[in-house]
Amino acid sequence: MLVLWLALAASGIACVYAKHESRKLFVELQRLEAARDELNIDWGRLQIEQSTWSTHGRVEALAREQLDMSTPGPAELVVVKP
Amino acid sequence: MIARSGQPAGQTFQIRARFLLALFAIAALVLLARAVHLQVMTSGYLAGQGEARHLRVAPISAHRGTVTDRSGEPLAVSTPVDSVWVNPAELAASAGRIPRLAAALGADAEWLQRRVAGNLGREFVYVRRHMRPGDAAQVVALGLHGVYLLREYRRYYPAGEVTGHVLGFSNVDDTGQEGLELAFDHWLSGEAGAKRVLKDRLGRSIEDVERIRAPHPGRDLTTSLDLRLQYLAYRELKAAVQHHRARAGSVVILDIGTGEVLAMVNQPSYNPNDRAQYTAALYRNRAATDIFEPGSSLKPMIIAAALESGRFEPGTLVDTGPGYLRIGANTVRDKHNLGRIDVATVLMKSSNVGASMIALALDAEYLWRVLSGFGLGRLTDSGFPGESAGLLSHHGHWRRIGQATLAYGYGLSTTTLQLAQAYAAIGAGGVRRPVSLIRLDRTPGGERVISEATARAVIDMLETVVSDEGTGEEAAVAGYRIAGKTGTAWKHEAGGYSRDRYTSVFAGLAPASEPRLAAVVVLDEPRGGEYYGGDVAAPVFSAVMTDALRLLAVTPDRLPAQPPGIFVQAQESP
Repeated sequence: MLVLWLALAASGIACVYAKHESRKLFVELQRLEAARDELNIDWGRLQIEQSTWSTHGRVEALAREQLDMSTPGPAELVVVKP
Repeated sequence: MIARSGQPAGQTFQIRARFLLALFAIAALVLLARAVHLQVMTSGYLAGQGEARHLRVAPISAHRGTVTDRSGEPLAVSTPVDSVWVNPAELAASAGRIPRLAAALGADAEWLQRRVAGNLGREFVYVRRHMRPGDAAQVVALGLHGVYLLREYRRYYPAGEVTGHVLGFSNVDDTGQEGLELAFDHWLSGEAGAKRVLKDRLGRSIEDVERIRAPHPGRDLTTSLDLRLQYLAYRELKAAVQHHRARAGSVVILDIGTGEVLAMVNQPSYNPNDRAQYTAALYRNRAATDIFEPGSSLKPMIIAAALESGRFEPGTLVDTGPGYLRIGANTVRDKHNLGRIDVATVLMKSSNVGASMIALALDAEYLWRVLSGFGLGRLTDSGFPGESAGLLSHHGHWRRIGQATLAYGYGLSTTTLQLAQAYAAIGAGGVRRPVSLIRLDRTPGGERVISEATARAVIDMLETVVSDEGTGEEAAVAGYRIAGKTGTAWKHEAGGYSRDRYTSVFAGLAPASEPRLAAVVVLDEPRGGEYYGGDVAAPVFSAVMTDALRLLAVTPDRLPAQPPGIFVQAQESP
């Protein structure tokens, strides 16, 4: 009888401990996931920023107006044959 | 102390002590009984109630998948934003600070007062949706009771109006409403998860306890579009629509080898990032939803049917004199009397009479089968929401005049996408492949419409159209052989055909020696004086193709005759 009582008490404590541990781990997981989400968010924002800066229209306007570039005509092209 | 009853003092004390003890025992028993009742009989109910006081289920938001072009350039990205909501009853306690809250929200103070006062019976009222997370943090920093944030996602389209029509858009709740966002909503949308959190008396969550359901973020979608070509087509089309004061326009570019849509643009367009002014006319993806009569741009399919039937060859002569053809009460006319010409010249000079005579010589059912085989009157497999199937009436309903007008593209309607698919079938050696807006990893199986030899003969004939003798000279691209056909159709309106409203079309393949791209340019009602497909649409084709072929590094198949010595032998660097 005494053994059973002791076993019960021990299992009770173990159960509480396991629960506590699982919560701790879950909190840790949540923290890491939040960090991951934060990084993902940053990445998405940077992606948008990059694609906004590199919009074809913008790049073309810059190339033409500021850098004075133009597409070479057929007369200016040299075709290299392998 | 002496007892009046005469009993010994010790005995009285004993009785009183026992009585008290009995009382205590009864009290203890009652307590025990109550404890047993609570612990054993109603424990489940009570535990549930207890948890309900402090354990809550909170959603874990999942974001919508990203849409990219075929090389991974982002076309639609969801970024997190915060929506601010209030519990009016809680907020009413600090009503004096509502103006400060309104200022932080960028809202009108009076409006906010009314919104709070008018919803006292509710627990959840949005006051501002989709704030930048930084701004939202400042709102919360005010420290007002009853002001909360909700993490939501806003869709952002970096390419803006260039891809607006194809992608469509999603609404404020991140659900697809139009275009690919709608067609692939189930694929893109994420599924929110749920977690249990511990909350304090004031409802702030203190700790995450456990996860009930893992969130499933939406999957990414790789479209078949090539953003470079898409931009190119958009730029040229926009310029042409403005220059010719056209009502609308569309360009579709297909990859002949796979049936993928590399570019699909329309005018007028809209910016999906700013939907303040919604006008249905701007939001329509005309290339897939709007139908028009293709005019002469249908002739290649008629000629293909004629060659395939074995009754005609490119050199077969057709007498188109005297420049018109009477069928009952109707007359089919050419611009000039072309006399006796061969089938190739019918196409090159775009003779309506010649094409009608050829069409009338064919069996109606056979002609219908070939046209239908090219995908006319049938939905393409693009899966685009609201796509039109066009119109090709059953051959049983054709009369002679109907069969004749069909030959130059009247009496049937197609979408720009369908016409591009039909041309791509010719370019692919006579095999019609399903059109795809999604990047494909392998070439899909097609359906043979005409033989390879017929397809080759038609391409060769179409090449003569893009010459100084043909109608599509302006579609020429330096360095490449181009095959194509112009089309100019009167628009149908109530009571018959309009004489001053046109649809101008150019459809073509490039390079002609081994077609890689099929493109169709359609301009609706050009009002700048010019209206022939060869004058209005062909230059757009040329401009788009010149850059598209260069961007895709397609080997030139017609190099200009250059003085000797300009060809440089490739040398390995030492």
